[in-house]
Amino acid sequence: TLRLIYTTTAVERKNVGASGPEKYTEAFIKKQIEEFNLGKRHLANMMGEDPETFTQEDIDRAIAYLFPSGLFDKQARPMMKHPTEIFPEQRKIQWGEDGRPFHFLFYTGKQSYYSLMHETYEKLLSVQKYQDQVTAQGLPLQKEKRNLAGSRWLTKIELEEMLLEKLSDDDYSRFIQLLQKLVALPCADIEEKYIQKFSKEVPVQLQKVVIEPLQYDERGVAFSTGEGTRKTARATAVVHDNGTGKITVNGTDILHYFPVLQDREQLLFPFQFLGRIGKYDMVCTVSGGGRSAQAGAIRLASAKALRSFVTEKEVEFMRQAGLLTVDPRVKERKKPGQEGPRRKFTWKKR
Amino acid sequence: LDHGSALHTAAKDCLSSVSSQDVPAERPRAIFHTSESDPAKHTEHHEGRLYNIPLEEVKAVFPHGLPHRFQQQIQTFNEARVMVRKPALELFAYLRSSNFSHPAVRYVIYGERGTGKTMTLCHVVHYCSRQGWLVLHVPDAHLWVKNCKELLQSSYNRDRLDQPLQASVWLKNFKTSNERFLQEIKTQKKYTWGKRESTEEGRPLGEVVEQGLARVRSASDAMGVVLRELRQQCHRGSFRLLVAVDGVNALWGRTTLRKEDKSPVSPEELTLVHNLRKMVRNDWSGGAIVTTLSQTGSLFKPSSAYTPQELLGKEGFDALDPFVPIPVPNYSPREFESCYGYYLERKWLQHEKAHTEDGKAELQFLSGSNPRQLDRLAGPL
Repeated sequence: TLRLIYTTTAVERKNVGASGPEKYTEAFIKKQIEEFNLGKRHLANMMGEDPETFTQEDIDRAIAYLFPSGLFDKQARPMMKHPTEIFPEQRKIQWGEDGRPFHFLFYTGKQSYYSLMHETYEKLLSVQKYQDQVTAQGLPLQKEKRNLAGSRWLTKIELEEMLLEKLSDDDYSRFIQLLQKLVALPCADIEEKYIQKFSKEVPVQLQKVVIEPLQYDERGVAFSTGEGTRKTARATAVVHDNGTGKITVNGTDILHYFPVLQDREQLLFPFQFLGRIGKYDMVCTVSGGGRSAQAGAIRLASAKALRSFVTEKEVEFMRQAGLLTVDPRVKERKKPGQEGPRRKFTWKKR
Repeated sequence: LDHGSALHTAAKDCLSSVSSQDVPAERPRAIFHTSESDPAKHTEHHEGRLYNIPLEEVKAVFPHGLPHRFQQQIQTFNEARVMVRKPALELFAYLRSSNFSHPAVRYVIYGERGTGKTMTLCHVVHYCSRQGWLVLHVPDAHLWVKNCKELLQSSYNRDRLDQPLQASVWLKNFKTSNERFLQEIKTQKKYTWGKRESTEEGRPLGEVVEQGLARVRSASDAMGVVLRELRQQCHRGSFRLLVAVDGVNALWGRTTLRKEDKSPVSPEELTLVHNLRKMVRNDWSGGAIVTTLSQTGSLFKPSSAYTPQELLGKEGFDALDPFVPIPVPNYSPREFESCYGYYLERKWLQHEKAHTEDGKAELQFLSGSNPRQLDRLAGPL
């Protein structure tokens, strides 16, 4: 007889094919929810707060305090959330004990999608019937334009989450076309509630940048302030009217603070663009960054301050010239296995 | 910035009304220039204007005084134009009203970098040479305390070190600028240069200078002799002496020179510096001492230092005290305009934008009304 003395892990590991995502049973989820609630009460006790009124925000704060983490990715940090947010929703078993599926469209493969299409089409038909009734009665058709500008349809991923099954792009586009057809009908207001399930509000994007009005100091001279950043430099500029074009940075003249011509040209740019070089006085404070970054920061700060002195059209010109945009370029991080952000180590053939 | 400037031109076309950018009419030369060649006659009326120095005079009076960039400008424009500015006029007033029987008054011209101190000094030198003074012009005292290849032990005094090259160069230039005086002034003592050479009493100073030029080893001693003679004979009143030293803070700072055993040399150990210090002391009468502080050539001083206190140090300040300080500021708007007009007129500014008002404002902004910055900016344009 042979006795097994020594085995390797490779032999023990059976060749199992990759199974799908883990299936969580309902009982498991329920247990998780109970544990979560208990844990919430424990946590509230630990923090000295009232367990009854302990909200999710309080939980987040408490966890961040108890387990401080320096990781950049927020989702990699320790978190404590309700199990429904953590475990993705899964479909329950679609067939009964006898093996017979519950839904009549089960054997199509995408049962929820087709049932949704059927429902939407029924709504469409009902709207058309209502429309015919209304025209038969002779009443005028109501035409209230839905505000299409502030809303958008659900994205494919959101729809997939809602239906809990995979869709193809084609299916998704067909569904959206059907919805649009429904909305295009004049009497679609009756089905407004149904349609709202598939549309989302989009916040108004362009927030008008408010230009501050001019302030006046004791002598009656108008002035305005602006702030600017570039790389790591932060600058604030105060631009006074009725000036001679003198500029002071951190208490010193620009000739002494920026001996390099390039930096002074950067400072000159907003004034030169507007054509008002010798008309304003400026006092700035700047910190951080290097010589070029400080010059860029002051340039941005002065351009922002000059907005108050200038017409809207000129503000638009400045924006197009790039004087009012924050320069997003910062130093790129060095990656491991490379010498710098992009430079790789010298490649040796052998 | 190119993108910005392209947009800027487009914006300017949109914004400003279509005003014809006509070249301003030829301004008459009289506004920026003055035909008054004699500095003695310059008054506040001439302030901000440029006056011409004939080239032969330049060669005679300034063999070694003018800043390098200015010399290049003279070659380019084929004329030497110096601006009349307030500090120079102030100095002229003081010189005119000074009493020459009193000990010599010391004037220290100071200011930030590139504001025109050396040019003011040259203006004063020109004035004095026109007036008939004997000018002792040391172009840059910093040249004597750094970058010296040869140091000889002085035969006159064991502790001191000679600098034959610098001394001979200076003697040559001194000869060019003050030819006629060298024949008139006579020595008062006998000087022995070596075993066989000596200068008798009563010989003209020119001989001492020739001796220094011929025997380079004794050039520093020759210079010392010249300085002592001038000092002693000045109070008699036959001639006035102007001691013009540029970069006087070199006399009291540190040097970058080292002796053969690698120990640093202090300024007192150099013959030239020692003699010049005696010259700058106000124990003689019958002339004036005009000096300039300079940070550019100075050793071991921070670049932001420009006041006499900082640049001279305690020792120098005590040695020069009391003195009359004369600050030299950047260009005033008027002076800036005349300098700009001069460049335009000589077609030095070729860029088409430079002719416009905006271009002028830009130049003023970028240079900060500093003469040196303006000169450097206008170069590539």
